[in-house]
This record gives sequence, structure tokens and C-alpha cells, in this order.
Amino acid sequence: MSDENILVVEDLKKYYPINKSLFGKPQSFVKAVDGVSFSIKKGTTMGLVGESGCGKTTVGRTILRLHEVTGGTVLFEGKDLSKISSGKLRKMRPQLQMIFQDPYSSLSPRMPIGEIIGEAVKVHKIVPRSEYREYILQVMQDCGLQPQWYSRYPHEFSGGQRQRICIARSVALKPKLIICDEPVSALDVSIQAQIINLMKDLQTQFGYTYLFISHDLSVVEHISDEVGVMYLGNMVEYGSKTSIFKNPLHPYTKALMSAVPMPDPDYKMNRIILKGDIPSPANPPSGCKFRTRCEHCMEICANKVPEFREIEPGHRVACHLYNDKESTTK
Amino acid sequence: MALFKKKKIQSIGDSQYLTLREERKIAKENAKITKAYEKRKNRTKVPESEYLTEMRDPKNVVEFDNLHTYFYTDVGVSKAVNGVSFDIPEGSIVGVVGESGCGKSVTSLSLMQLVQAPQGQIVEGQIRYKATNGKCYDIAKMPRNEMLHIRGKEISMIFQEPMTSLNPVFTIGAQLDEVVLLHEPGTTKEQAKARSLEMLKLVGIAMCEKVYDSYPHELSGGMRQRVMIAMSLSCNPRLIIADEPTTALDVTIQAQILDLLRDLRHKIQGSIMLITHDLGVIAEMADYVVVMYAGRIVEKGTVREIFHTPKHPYTIGLMKSKPSVNKLVERLYSIPGQVPNPINMPKHCYYKNRCEMCQECCEGDFPELMQFSETHFAACHLYRDNKDLVIYDSLTTGAESEKAEVAHE
Repeated sequence: MSDENILVVEDLKKYYPINKSLFGKPQSFVKAVDGVSFSIKKGTTMGLVGESGCGKTTVGRTILRLHEVTGGTVLFEGKDLSKISSGKLRKMRPQLQMIFQDPYSSLSPRMPIGEIIGEAVKVHKIVPRSEYREYILQVMQDCGLQPQWYSRYPHEFSGGQRQRICIARSVALKPKLIICDEPVSALDVSIQAQIINLMKDLQTQFGYTYLFISHDLSVVEHISDEVGVMYLGNMVEYGSKTSIFKNPLHPYTKALMSAVPMPDPDYKMNRIILKGDIPSPANPPSGCKFRTRCEHCMEICANKVPEFREIEPGHRVACHLYNDKESTTK
Repeated sequence: MALFKKKKIQSIGDSQYLTLREERKIAKENAKITKAYEKRKNRTKVPESEYLTEMRDPKNVVEFDNLHTYFYTDVGVSKAVNGVSFDIPEGSIVGVVGESGCGKSVTSLSLMQLVQAPQGQIVEGQIRYKATNGKCYDIAKMPRNEMLHIRGKEISMIFQEPMTSLNPVFTIGAQLDEVVLLHEPGTTKEQAKARSLEMLKLVGIAMCEKVYDSYPHELSGGMRQRVMIAMSLSCNPRLIIADEPTTALDVTIQAQILDLLRDLRHKIQGSIMLITHDLGVIAEMADYVVVMYAGRIVEKGTVREIFHTPKHPYTIGLMKSKPSVNKLVERLYSIPGQVPNPINMPKHCYYKNRCEMCQECCEGDFPELMQFSETHFAACHLYRDNKDLVIYDSLTTGAESEKAEVAHE
């Protein structure tokens, strides 16, 4: 594990136009991602958490340029993915892979799984033709799939096995970065554990870097080294796993943590229950976007957007509550 | 390599491929059986004595007694619920946990007589329900038209997906009023509206007048779930069945909804049957817990008994495989393998193939429920000789289970 950053995302923006004018000029935007910055070290896992609609999936897809970037830079091993030509991007594709949420809809029902896993391997010429079959069988074995399943079709498999196929498909390209978009949320608890263990094993064995997008805090805590919390297109808190989970600073992170039900009937919780729903991203509140649901809301919150500042080394938070604290540490 | 060139169909696990002729034969037999059941249910003038019964314990609202609900499919009979017995006492929350396909939803649907017919049929057992009028009915034998007076009025249900269970072409108000107008004949429209608004207020919707006039698509997921809860409450039910009420929602919204359900239980003095796969939700909400696996109950007891002294290896496996916040483990325990095929269930314990504590005696019949305390039961051969045995830590969290799993698959 080196200290080198494999991915540096700076001020990433993705706006979707709504309300086009007569001549097709967009008049207003949904700011799905509005200035998100983070970096991932090689061989580590970064977790991205937030409620549905906060833009965490959009971040993952914009990094891979499945959606075009509106603003900001995505540096992957020093190359800016947001400006690279499509031809060069295609050459880089094997290094950047994705695992999708729903294993039922992300596998082609008309292809046997050996072909599903091997299609991209053929296209990108990962291994010579003569070694192709052995290579695919080896990948299948690494992912806990049996070799005799090579010519079976996806409908013959259960959810957990399908997710293994999805993982095998992305792993077969020898990627450096894998973006996992809620890979376990569609699975049962006992199967979830199998998939999480598999992903961790593959990481220790081959040194993959993961961007793990999930809404389940307990899973994120288990698998991540660094955690970013998103709210309505912004990152509100970012830090190492221990600093986020042991010492959450942002009121939203605190509320998220307290909302997770604990599997212990005698556990005493002092739950912070957020009022209302997440506001519409087309018309977000002024100043701090979280102020409409925050219990520590102050005057300044309505007027000024909080800066994303470092409170402790490596622990950054965007909240006006910590304005003073920063001045004392400076 | 020659092995892979063969185009031979191999089955996964223990599922069997049937020829078309065999399938047709099964379908024909099934049609005969289900037709008989349907005919029985559709009778109109049934003497009440036929479905009147006695409660075992007058404190219970519902008693499931040896319930069997089967699905007659073209590939064979799927025993979705296979001998389930438990009670729902008055004013308590009973949680039912299990993986998908373990029969927890079918159990609740049997109680509502909403099992997909004609394939799905209650074939055996009783569901005793103590109605508001003091009588005690057996829902398993009740004819369809009689059930209309109970379903939605005395027993109501909150479904998993609030997105799909509201009708998109009617306003929230119209859908809420309908319940009251249908179940309480003689109410005027104004009274129904007043009741609906009151219910919306009860579930914590601030602008109830506005929500009353809006359509489902205008509301967010949490709001829709609140509307669903309001709808289920509007006839003062004695029992609410909540089938995964928070699975489709975010954690923060889930906390709101759970808080609401807990409050309501005191307000309406009813019972709740909470179906979920999230052990955290169960620990927080339930008084009694029922753990189901492959159509059978493997363990039941009070929430403290289940969480502090779990007995069945499956229950323990479930608890260990779920990561929880602020409790770090190096490696998650994972239950190897998968749930057996519901069509060809083995004779022995259904959990045997996935169980690490499996012994020789597990080859025998399915274990009976064994009593550990007044309320605590578990179905496992391990405790035949020694009831105080503690196996919580003996389940390995290492890679051995993983290897075993690959071998098993």
C-alpha cells in the first residue's frame, strides 16, 4: 500500500438542465453534484454515504464519464479524465470498472456467464487468445464461481451468485479502481456478508482500490478506510473511518449515525430525528443546504455557504458550527 | 477441457428439470386440487359455526396454529409456510425475521387471506382471530365474503413499497375516505373527510389539508409511507401487519417511521406484526421475535432472549453476519451456501447443509421446537441433551467457512 493518490477529484460538478428556453438554452439546473472534492489512496477503500437523491451515484458515474462532467477535474493517476479524448478514454476503461446495484438487471440474459465475464477481456486483449479460457476460469475461481458454470445463463443463478458474476466481470480486466454502486443493498443479510468478504479478499490479494457507494452506514464502516458523507450534492464531512464514526462533527452525520437501529434491545439511544425530507435539488435552500433540517441552525446558516474546512488533520467538515474552532487551531 | 465442451444441462443445487409432459401432468393435478379449495372459499351462505373456534389464551389477538400454506406451481408443490405456530398477544409488537423466501410474508398474507390464489392455498392449520365483537374466528376456514368485514377494518396492512401500493390516479383524500366509507356504512362524506384529516395529523403530516388534495406522485417516499399508515389506522384496527415498512426508505426516514409506529401502538392500543429482515429494527421495536427459515420457525422468544441468549445456529449466524456501527470485526461471519429449493425440501433439518454445528443426529427428522423458558423455543438437535449449551462463540469467523461454502456450492 503506497501513499500515492490514485484518484483525485476536485470541485466536481454535474448539473442537469431543466426548463429550456425557446431556443434550447437551459434556464435552470438541478445541481446533482455541486463541488465535491476528495482523493483516494492506492489500495484503499473510500466509502460514500448519504440519503437517496444526494448525488452519490452521480459522483461515481461522472468519474467514469458515464455522464459528462460539467465542471471540475478528475485526476486518475495524474491524467484528467474529464478532458481526455474518447479514444484515449476507451484505452483507459479496463483500469476503471464499475459494479452495479442490481445484479438482476445488469447481466445480459442472453449470454452465458463465461462470455459475460470474458467479453471485455477479448475486446481489450487483456490476455492472449490461447490463454483466454484458463484466464476466465481462474477469475471465476477467485470470485467463488465454479468452473462448470462457464456456459450457464444468468437466470440459473441466485442474487448472491449473480453479484459474484458482476464482480468477476469487472475484476477480469485487471482494473486499478472499482466503483461499487451499492453492491450489496439488493442482497439478503447472509449473502451480503459473503460478498463483502469476497471484496475484501480480492482487495488484499490484488490490491484494488474501491470507491464504495452505499446508504448503509454499518457496511461502509466495515469496508472503508476513508468515509465521505454527502448531502444534496455537497460533501458535508470527510475523514478517516475512525474519525467519522467515533467523532462525527457535522449535525447531519450525527443524525445519520443515530438513526441506524442497533441490534441490541437494551441499547439506550438518544436518537436525533431529522424533521421532514431532503429538499428538492432543483430549488435548494440558500446558504447551508442542511439548515432546513438542522437543529443547530443559526442566522449565518441562511446567508453564507459554509466552507469545507479542515478541523483536525484529515478530517474536514462543512458547517458554521466549527467556524471558531478553526480560528483557534490556526 | 473436454469437460466444458459438453452441452449438457446440469441443474444448480437440488432443482430438477422437468419435461413439458411432466409439467403438464403436474399442472392438471394442481388445477383439480386448487379448484376444490377455491370452491370452498367462494361459498356464500356458510353457517357461522363452521369457522367459529376458541382461543387458547384469551390475551392473544391472533394465534397461528400449525399453519401450512402451499403454492401449487407447475414444477411441484412449494411449501412456503410449513407448520408455523406463534401467538400475537394484545398490545404487543411481534417481529418476524428471516431471509427473503423464508415465508414471512406468506404467513402474514395468509392471515389477511390475500395469498395469491388459486396457486396459493392454506392447506392445514388454524389462524384463530379474536374479533371486536367477542367472537373468535378461524381465518383459514372463513369464506371470502365474510373476510371482507375483517380485512382492512380490524386487521390492516402496511406494504413494503409505498410507491406502488397507492393508486396514482386518485387523490390521497379519495383513497383515505374510501376506507372509512366502505367499512363504516352510514358515514357521510364530511365525516369521512374529517376522519381522514385527523389520521393524517396523527401520523405527523403537518399540512394535512394540502396532502389530502394531492396525488401520490407529489409526495416523497416517507410521506407516502405515512399516508399508508394513516390509511391502515383509519378504522381503528386491532392488529396492524407491517410488511417491511421501512425497507424502501432511507435511514433518517426509517427512524421517523419507526418512531411513529412506536407512538401509535400506545395511542391505538393495538398489536403490530412487524415483518422485516433487519435485526436492528427488530431489536428496537419488537417485544417478541419469531425467526423463520425455509417456511418453518427455527426460534422464537422475547426480544431479550433472542438477542442475549440466541440458541439456533441460524439466528446466531444472522446476528454475526450483519456488521453494526461502532462494533468492528476483522471479518464478517458468513453463512455458507444458500436456502434450499422450496420444492424439494429435504426430510432432515433444512439448515443442516449450511450449519457448522451439524452433528450425526441432524440426519434424522426435522427437529421439534424445544422449550428453553416459558417463552423461548428453538428447533435444533444440539440441545437435546444439554439445554444450557452456549454455541455463540464456537462459530468460526475465519476463512474456513468460506472454503466450505465454495465446496458446498
